[in-house]
Amino acid sequence: MSIALLISVFVVASCGLAYELVAGALSSYLLGDSVTQFSTIIGTYLFAMGIGSYLSRFVVKGLVARFIQVELLVGLVGGFSAVLLFMVFAWAGGPFKLVLYGLVLLTGTLVGLEIPLVMRILRQHYGLKDLVSQVLTFDYLGALAVSLAFPLLLAPHLGLIRTSLLFGLMNALVAAWAIWLFRAQLAGLKSLAAQCFLVTALLFSGMLGAERLTSLAEENLYADEIIYTETTPYQRIVLTRWKDDIRLFLNGNLQFSSRDEYRYHEALVHPALQAIKQPRRVLVLGGGDGLAVREILKYPEIESITLVDLDPNMTALFQRLPMLRALNQDALLSSKVSIVNADGFQWLDQSDDFYDFIVVDFPDPTNFMLGKLYTNTFYRLLEKHLSQHGLAVIQATSPLYARKSFWCINQTLQSVGLKTAPYHALVPSFGEWGYIIAGHRPYTPPENYNSDLRFVNASLNPVLFQFPPDMEPVETDINRLNNQVLVHYYESEWKHQAP
Amino acid sequence: MERGHRLRGRDFPAPSEFRKTGVAIVGGGIAGLSAAWKLNKSGFGDFQLFELEDAVGGNARSGKNAVSAYPWGAHYLPLPGVEARETRELLADLGVLQGDPCAETPSYDERYLCFAPQERLYRNGLWQEGLLPQIGTTKHDQEQYRHFFALLEQFRQRQGASGLRAFAIPAARSARDADLMALDRISMRQFLFQHKLDSPLLHWYVNYGCRDDYGSDYARVSAWAGLHYFASRNGQAANAESDQVLTWPEGNDWLVKQMQRGFKERIVSGALVQRMEETKSHVELDVFMHSENRSVRWQADQVIFAAPMFVLPHLFEGLDTNLKQACQQIRYAPWLVANLTLNSLPNPGHGAPLSWDNVLYDSPALGYVNATHQNLRSHEGPTVLTYYQALSGEPEKNARQRLFDTPRNQWAEMILRDLSRPHPDIRDKVTQLDVFRWGHAMSMPVPGWIWSAARERLTLPHGRLHPAHSDLSGFSIFEEANYWGVKAAESVLQHQHLLLRSRW
Repeated sequence: MSIALLISVFVVASCGLAYELVAGALSSYLLGDSVTQFSTIIGTYLFAMGIGSYLSRFVVKGLVARFIQVELLVGLVGGFSAVLLFMVFAWAGGPFKLVLYGLVLLTGTLVGLEIPLVMRILRQHYGLKDLVSQVLTFDYLGALAVSLAFPLLLAPHLGLIRTSLLFGLMNALVAAWAIWLFRAQLAGLKSLAAQCFLVTALLFSGMLGAERLTSLAEENLYADEIIYTETTPYQRIVLTRWKDDIRLFLNGNLQFSSRDEYRYHEALVHPALQAIKQPRRVLVLGGGDGLAVREILKYPEIESITLVDLDPNMTALFQRLPMLRALNQDALLSSKVSIVNADGFQWLDQSDDFYDFIVVDFPDPTNFMLGKLYTNTFYRLLEKHLSQHGLAVIQATSPLYARKSFWCINQTLQSVGLKTAPYHALVPSFGEWGYIIAGHRPYTPPENYNSDLRFVNASLNPVLFQFPPDMEPVETDINRLNNQVLVHYYESEWKHQAP
Repeated sequence: MERGHRLRGRDFPAPSEFRKTGVAIVGGGIAGLSAAWKLNKSGFGDFQLFELEDAVGGNARSGKNAVSAYPWGAHYLPLPGVEARETRELLADLGVLQGDPCAETPSYDERYLCFAPQERLYRNGLWQEGLLPQIGTTKHDQEQYRHFFALLEQFRQRQGASGLRAFAIPAARSARDADLMALDRISMRQFLFQHKLDSPLLHWYVNYGCRDDYGSDYARVSAWAGLHYFASRNGQAANAESDQVLTWPEGNDWLVKQMQRGFKERIVSGALVQRMEETKSHVELDVFMHSENRSVRWQADQVIFAAPMFVLPHLFEGLDTNLKQACQQIRYAPWLVANLTLNSLPNPGHGAPLSWDNVLYDSPALGYVNATHQNLRSHEGPTVLTYYQALSGEPEKNARQRLFDTPRNQWAEMILRDLSRPHPDIRDKVTQLDVFRWGHAMSMPVPGWIWSAARERLTLPHGRLHPAHSDLSGFSIFEEANYWGVKAAESVLQHQHLLLRSRW
């Protein structure tokens, strides 16, 4: 029996260290700065173990039963710690650090209880000298085993969620074994066995559903019900719906809300397109949802629309799902539209064609890859593909939340010799949004607009093209491939806007 | 590698063909190509360039697969300063430099300027921007950084008695003041300690620069060369910062490919010049054609010798003893270069994002360069990483032995282990790993070499033989090779004009 208990000491010790490592690794993944994370978590954990050791003196009766319950509790709390932390983190603005240190304290305290209890149970079999030596030997051996297995095997192959669940199961196993060993002398055997079974079952189902748990965590990122998800080689597409509001998210960033997207797309297309005499050939870069194309198709004189979007899954989705086809009014199925699935920059570099109207509707410059699409090199290329009387329009992030970014895009367009007309519109789900019209000649807003528009009309012109003091131009550098200043501007501006 | 070693055996078939040319250029690295480019540009077409390998380019050669082109060696060019007239003229010729090549701040084609972010350093589990360690530095480190950079600034600004800058590229245009030349006699490491610079982080940084540019530990690099590395690069641009570089997916092979456009038909590749002899009226060259397994005897009025100088004594009969000894004194650093093809970018890790140049602090290697960095694509995708390791920690003979004795699989394993630290996912993403061993990658500026009489001897013509190689400078960079190539072409042109005139 004593050997059996010593083996459990080994297992218990390895579980204890594993939870500590999981918490440390997870917080350094999510929060960065691994040195700080590991050191504060180890400190808190050791302190909590001290609390547990102190509390052990208050356990007087039913030592074995308490030990079994502590094991089950450690298994449950420690086992689900990674899942819980991921979910709290995904739940935007969740009190992550509070939960993290709370969990570390709780697990540490429970783990701190284990060894004193085991020692007292084993006291009947060993003298004090042997007891301390044996228990601590196995304790430290267990720690060694995990500290080696964690970085080499567990974290890379199982991942953090499954690793912590696995150790939870091992705690439960020790509890089950203790129940079996002490079955003759335990009071309330049935109730303990039931608790043990429950915890094991929970952990086991957690293990089986680890994949689902990850997406469950994702679900908390979105306020509304997820109705469609797809992971393509380029991005993660998520559609949500609440009543009649359909929202599209790409990599977690909102692309449109069906309630007010008409504002965004009318403002994107019509001020420029309406001002072009006899537009025939149109190019849309980005905008695989077909909503800009829907607006462009309102001009019967247009002969061809080329839509270049990187992701074939995205354009296929908006040609297929009835709900989305209703939204873009089957724009992507029009005979005038030809779809090219290619990288916008590379495609434009290879193309020799001219266009009367070019819509540049790329994602915001959140990283250096996307930042390339806002450089003078890209705009020089854009300028080369614009016909003599042609105009381009560029979605240019928010002049209110990212004022410097917006004016940097304007400055960069001007640096390649384009005449620009910056403007803005209110799109409730985005906030105040900015666009820039660019062409070879100065732009004048049209006096008349297509009559079936819900948002843009001639009376709106002064509102669109005037910038109140809080969005007025600011001096910026030119965004170049070799400096990518825009990505820096954008990052610092939106960091201060985040909730 | 094996082709060159045939010189030792000397069993070549007797010449089966006899041909003549005005100028024979031996070696198709940057120096040889620059000479050919200059001759061609001057309207002189009577030359042949002999290259041992199947492709010209020397250290700048590259490879290509379905994912990307990638370098096998030299992969960038710092913005050239005003002294690098030859390099600037070449860049203007290729359309890389726009406008007046002599301007203080010319513009460069922005597709060839290294995209941001240019470089990052991995240390203590975190990536930081730039290569000078910044995170977790002490006050002492920061003071030493300031002290060191203030020293460098003095050297950068300093003009010698002749009016030349203290440290210029090409090195031949540097000042020759006695106190500056004295710096060549101590090592870069000694120089730091002489200036009471002892910060381990600063030492790492300086050593990294020496390993990266000279393939040698800073304890075995002369302080003159070490300071030249830091203080000579002052090229300005209208549309870039001074510390930015020009680069291409295939590295400097892009320049190689552009340069040879005008004279491709004059390049004879797979051609080992195995014997040269100067007669009264010309030079005789026996050229072994590798693929045809036969020899051709060429007769040339002039020879531009643009191969590594250690080869010269093996094939030139009747070489001047001083020159022979100088050639034998050059010490060469061995290098290992590997190209890793990845099916997707490695996980970004913590801190600064993937850059063009990615350096690991605790590594025997120099880090890796991302070949698709200059790609215009705006989405992530497969890539090729070029991993560089100068075997600089041991005497070069041992290092060369180790380089060739270690099997490819063992090198591959060491490289993967090194890269697994910042990128635990690397093994799952690598689909191809190719290794290239450079036995004599570059000559090393060991203390006392650059301003030695022996090194100076290398630069002088030897009858009808005009040497042109970065070995003449004592260290291996593009601009030096380019300078010697152009200079040799100019001196050959002078001779040829004299010749033409005398024949009239």
